[in-house]
Amino acid sequence: MERTFPTSSALSDAYYAGCREGKLLLQYCSDCQQPQFYPRILCSHCGGRELAWREASGKGHIATFTVVRQPVSPAYEAPYVVALIDLEEGPRMMSHIVNCDPEAVRVGQPVQVSFENWSETLTMPVFQLQG
Amino acid sequence: MGENLRGKVAIVGAADTPVGKVPELNAFELCADAIQRVLADAGLRKEDVDGLITCNSMSMPLLYHAEAMAEYLQMFPRYCMAVGAGGGTTFSIIHHAASAIATGMADVVVVAMADSLRSGLSRQQAMLVQSSTGHPQYEQPWGLTVPAYYALAGQAHMAEYGTRPEHFAEVAVACRAHAALNPAAQKRDPITVDDVLNSRMIADPLHLLDCSLVSDGGSAIVLTSAERAKDFPHAPVYLLGMGEGHSHEHISQARNLTTSAAKEAGERAYAMAGLGPRDMDFAQLYDCFTPTVLIELEDLGFCAKGEGGPFIVDQGIGPGGQLPVNTHGGLLSHSHPGNPGSMFALTESVWQLRGTAGERQLGKADVGLLHAQGGILSSHCTLILGREAN
Ligand SMILES: [Zn+2]
Repeated sequence: MERTFPTSSALSDAYYAGCREGKLLLQYCSDCQQPQFYPRILCSHCGGRELAWREASGKGHIATFTVVRQPVSPAYEAPYVVALIDLEEGPRMMSHIVNCDPEAVRVGQPVQVSFENWSETLTMPVFQLQG
Repeated sequence: MGENLRGKVAIVGAADTPVGKVPELNAFELCADAIQRVLADAGLRKEDVDGLITCNSMSMPLLYHAEAMAEYLQMFPRYCMAVGAGGGTTFSIIHHAASAIATGMADVVVVAMADSLRSGLSRQQAMLVQSSTGHPQYEQPWGLTVPAYYALAGQAHMAEYGTRPEHFAEVAVACRAHAALNPAAQKRDPITVDDVLNSRMIADPLHLLDCSLVSDGGSAIVLTSAERAKDFPHAPVYLLGMGEGHSHEHISQARNLTTSAAKEAGERAYAMAGLGPRDMDFAQLYDCFTPTVLIELEDLGFCAKGEGGPFIVDQGIGPGGQLPVNTHGGLLSHSHPGNPGSMFALTESVWQLRGTAGERQLGKADVGLLHAQGGILSSHCTLILGREAN
């Protein structure tokens, strides 16, 4: 059994292509200058249609998390930590917290992005506890 | 422009199929069975029904579910549709049906829902189908189960308000105590807070007993106008308030992790009914996972924000509590066949308001609040039901 890979679309392909290059990309609106996640064809703040990719700092903190003890499928090795990360730039995203003791994870902890190869073509943005 | 549906529509029939493990009927057949049972309860022939609303099933999804059901029963409604809003579907269906009756789109509407999550799907299939609520590009790859999605809200509530796992556990204990009084419930053996806390951890902070059941089952009701409702065998139960709120689909996009759109849904329903939380004799609150009930108690105004845990401990939501919640046992102990789950909270409320709930009949049951939500705290609908139209 395989992990669930992200489905393909022009925007998700561009986002995950950034991950392959070690970059966490956010869309910024050319009209209101605000960043958004997940990527869309329009700005979810003002409706602007001109959006540009910019590399995020990769810094953020844990808004909430869970330790999954019973995996969704055998392709995922439990326990694993799933978190919602509030990026320094503002948007919130879901990811894994890796290379940590799951029991030590807390809401509010600072995290930093790193990248994990899931296949020859797919690289996923994961986070590690900082400091 | 506000809706003005207060007291105009009534429930005149209510019926459940057996729940739990019902392998002899598939999801579609369970739905047909529920419809036949509810027609009997309402004293109706199928020819008397001109509206049919259903919801799709996960174990047997159909492109035209309501139409296929009408065909199966050889019913020829003039109003026919299947609605989908996850666990919130149940009550948004009622909201739609009431509007249809009030505007003359139909006179007698059957609402029927069923699914076979236990017998119609393997454990793995059931898990994957339900977790497909996650975003296919930015959530699902992280491998969350449905409990894991809800655990994110539970953990956030703990961090923000100091809620403890014991508070969540109290919800499961209360639902089980109600179920112990209900011969139709799937799980009836009493449990303690320690039983919940000692059950296997599924996704922190949720233990196995913080999670709802996986069931087969179906249920149906009949709605008609308040004028016609007087001609039916059972005392009508009136719709006094209805309101919805929709804030997101994916939890990573939620406006707030601990305050849900139950707030708007509740405010809209209270406004229509001209009633408030203190007027409710009972509440049937969506309990797919225990933290959901805490959040709903707060967002629906039964207690202040963040005080759901202490409210449950101090006021009590079990039998004999200040606010009985899920008097049939809820999704945690009665049954949870997926989207139809809250139908059983609805039929239970009808029986409580009719005064026919048997051993678990509440001493005072004049007005009650029902709340359902779907997705991951995404789509919310509140109903307020009463024995009197005014
Ligand atoms: Zn913009």
